Amino acid sequence: MYATSYHRASSVDEAVNLRSSHDEGRYLSGGMTLIATMKQRLAAPSDLIDLRHIAALKGITVDGHTVRIGGATPHADVASSAAVRAVCPAICELAAMIGDPHVRHMGTIGGSIANNDPAADYPAAMLALAATIITDRREIPAEEFFTGLFETALEEGELVTAVSFEAPEKAGYAKFRNPASRYAITGVFVAKAAGGVRVAVTGAGSNGVFRAETIEAALAADWSPESPKAASIDPADLMSDMHASAEYRANLVRVMAKRAVIAAG
Amino acid sequence: MTKVTLTVNGRAMSGECDDRTLLVHFIREKLGLTGTHVGCDTTQCGACVVHLDGRSVKSCSILAVQAAGSTVTTIEGIAGQGELHPVQAAFNTHHGLQCGFCTPGMVMTAVDMIARHGGDLDEHTVRHELDGNICRCTGYHNIVKAVLAANEEMQGAARQAAE
Ligand SMILES: Cc1cc2nc3c(=O)[nH]c(=O)nc-3n(C[C@H](O)[C@H](O)[C@H](O)COP(=O)(O)OP(=O)(O)OC[C@H]3O[C@@H](n4cnc5c(N)ncnc54)[C@H](O)[C@@H]3O)c2cc1C
Ligand code: FES
Ligand code: FES
Repeated sequence: MYATSYHRASSVDEAVNLRSSHDEGRYLSGGMTLIATMKQRLAAPSDLIDLRHIAALKGITVDGHTVRIGGATPHADVASSAAVRAVCPAICELAAMIGDPHVRHMGTIGGSIANNDPAADYPAAMLALAATIITDRREIPAEEFFTGLFETALEEGELVTAVSFEAPEKAGYAKFRNPASRYAITGVFVAKAAGGVRVAVTGAGSNGVFRAETIEAALAADWSPESPKAASIDPADLMSDMHASAEYRANLVRVMAKRAVIAAG
Repeated sequence: MTKVTLTVNGRAMSGECDDRTLLVHFIREKLGLTGTHVGCDTTQCGACVVHLDGRSVKSCSILAVQAAGSTVTTIEGIAGQGELHPVQAAFNTHHGLQCGFCTPGMVMTAVDMIARHGGDLDEHTVRHELDGNICRCTGYHNIVKAVLAANEEMQGAARQAAE
């Protein structure tokens, strides 16, 4: 790892100020992506601004059907939250499928969505739940937040303080995992709410997480595990790599959608 | 150089290190506790698992400075006076290791897993919970047996204590 300087922030303001005074600095949350990348010398931030000790970034509140998860809340806390499970168990199940127990103890929702890995799990949930990403300066709809591979709408130094969403009537997530990395080869999150059905796909899109409108229409017409089967998914928009071809992923999207509907009950 | 102070296995310890020093290197090289191993550089093998403020973490992917002020438990810290921890004893009884390289991480993972599941462990859960720990030798079978046996033993002891 290249040399770096560590700073521990105790408030959001302090973190944002520290970040703005270090051009080559980066926020450090769970470090499960950033430290791992620095170890490989694929990232070399001059300064790290640790968010883990900012109380305002941690914790979960559920108010009626409104769920708010602090940016520095670890995956394990989402997975084990009884309050979230009572209104939206799908996101607890999703969090419990990220990486392994040790990764879930450190890795955070803010870090995961800020990183926007095309195979990460949370982006699919955020998009399907029509979540709002709350930052130190504004609120961004998930629809506008995820802009491409490892790309987001975040400005330089903008900090994700929380995400919030309305728990839908039903939701489910199914993931076909890469057995070595645990990331999604294809993961599908389905949500049925008063506003309609939303289906988001991670791991498959060549431009990152996306909504599968054909499956949304099929499920809106008939909310049944068999509905996604006939939906057309164009492999031209999907990734191809050593793990799976685009055609295989297109089929996985339909199969994971089916399993997600079953999980949603 | 930064001075890092933390509580390790119940004792306050400190050492000087660079901000980029990984917790596992700090523990091994500055504190001389070499039971915690490094088995990969991709955050995947779990040989480096310790408990940070009571939760299992991969000490190869945390900076020592991130852990400053925290409480750390390593494999050296779990046995009682002259007596193995029930998880260590079960790994011994059930041949849960061959070369032993992964074992400190496996044991620390098992202790955390048993504590979190409060006795509600079955084979499927144990295998799922071992996702972050790789063993090159055993084929996992005896590790799973050892974790389940230790869980039984610890629940039995907890039940007796409650009666
Ligand atoms: C072995 C392993 C397996 C994994 N498996 C999966 C998996 O199956 N599914 C999955 O989705 N992920 C997986 N991950 C990734 C994991 O979920 C990470 O925790 C996550 O992607 C990053 O979160 P973090 O808190 O660790 O962020 P960090 O690594 O600390 O930061 C990541 C990036 O986000 C920035 N950042 C962090 N917090 C904020 C914030 N609040 N505001 C703005 N920017 C911020 C950082 O500057 C950095 O650029 C895995 C990781 C490992 C090591
Ligand atoms: S050495 Fe930490 S996961 Fe391999
Ligand atoms: S006993 Fe040899 S690696 Fe597990």
